[in-house]
Amino acid sequence: MSEEKRPEFWRWAETNWVNPDIRWEDAQFITLGIDVGSVSSQAVIMADGKMYAYGNMRTGSDSPNSARNALKFALGKTTLTEVKISYCIGTGYGRVNVPMADRTVTEIACHARGANFFYGPKVRTVLDVGGQDIKAIRCDEKGKVTNFLMNDKCAAGTGRGMEVFSDLLSVPIGEVGERSYQVEKEPPAVSSTCVVYAKSEATGLLRKGLSTNEVLAAYCSAMADRIYSLLERVGVEPEFAITGGMAKNRGVVGRLTKKMGLEPLKTSWDTQLAGAAGAALFGYALCQKSKGKGK
Amino acid sequence: MLANYGYSDGSGNYFITIDTDKCNACGACVEACPAQIFQVVDEDPNDPMNEEPLAIVVAGKKKKLKYECGPCKPSGDNRPALPCVMVCEGCAISHSW
Ligand code: SF4
Ligand code: SF4
Repeated sequence: MSEEKRPEFWRWAETNWVNPDIRWEDAQFITLGIDVGSVSSQAVIMADGKMYAYGNMRTGSDSPNSARNALKFALGKTTLTEVKISYCIGTGYGRVNVPMADRTVTEIACHARGANFFYGPKVRTVLDVGGQDIKAIRCDEKGKVTNFLMNDKCAAGTGRGMEVFSDLLSVPIGEVGERSYQVEKEPPAVSSTCVVYAKSEATGLLRKGLSTNEVLAAYCSAMADRIYSLLERVGVEPEFAITGGMAKNRGVVGRLTKKMGLEPLKTSWDTQLAGAAGAALFGYALCQKSKGKGK
Repeated sequence: MLANYGYSDGSGNYFITIDTDKCNACGACVEACPAQIFQVVDEDPNDPMNEEPLAIVVAGKKKKLKYECGPCKPSGDNRPALPCVMVCEGCAISHSW
């Protein structure tokens, strides 16, 4: 039997970055936000509340190491060392296992805060579609949460669901969105976003003669339906923003925003960083607050 | 803040909503609930800048609300008032189903 390595269609690029315009030496507080999600982990370092560096990578098998690796990756392009960091906040699904965290904050709070930073104070509705959950959040002009829900009961409609699907159809995850629009006519949505059912439904559709692109379209549209029903529960108020890995999938986002009749705000930042950025900002706010108290 | 705890799945929406602005952390819901759904914590996990205690839904219960609350919610039209909703003086608690 040949041991040929199958390409990993779900894999996305890991990235790190440093801001060339900031000298960390000049900052009063250097704060770190670490977001350990089920699929990806991010470390964002801020110098007095400004983006200084980040690392974004896949979550490993255990949370403490994923947090350490993400930080190491973020520090990689800098001259900064871990001891210079004034405060660290852990967030995300693995937040209780971030070894260097001074405190943990839920991803709900961090995503709202991060979206406020990336998209500006006019954001009122934030949707985050992560690896294994969907969060619908409403917030005020300061990025403070006013209404939220999180569905993490199953992978339906999440990034993990999309990964399984891209792998099943052997389509690289970054191409799913484009290809789902390369169809002559939009097929009806698959009836379930449940990963297990959708898999067998997809196989059935392919057998029926639908093209791979059409099956992708049917799945993206089912995901959009599912996400929309959750958003309706918290209510949608413009402006609207999408964070998390799914924001990069035009196939789902395009169909969702068409349903909503709202265009999502744009940012030049990587939307997967929103949670970690929010955490770093809370760290900065807490540092300033304790300094105010003369501590 | 309206904190919605729970889930939606193929069978419906199961959310308990706590209006954190109305909750005074009295703990009555914790006492009244036979299924230990509620817990009073020192600070709002979803608002790190707020240092007021409040009630939340216990993490391990969030994905099982349909079953946990089942005994309080017999099927049929004349559903009795829910213990948690009844004891909350601020009317902070509501259920979606
Ligand atoms: S009974 Fe109402 S006010 Fe008291 S802790 Fe529970 S939710 Fe809060
Ligand atoms: S309905 Fe009953 S079991 Fe459910 S939260 Fe209220 S008191 Fe607890």
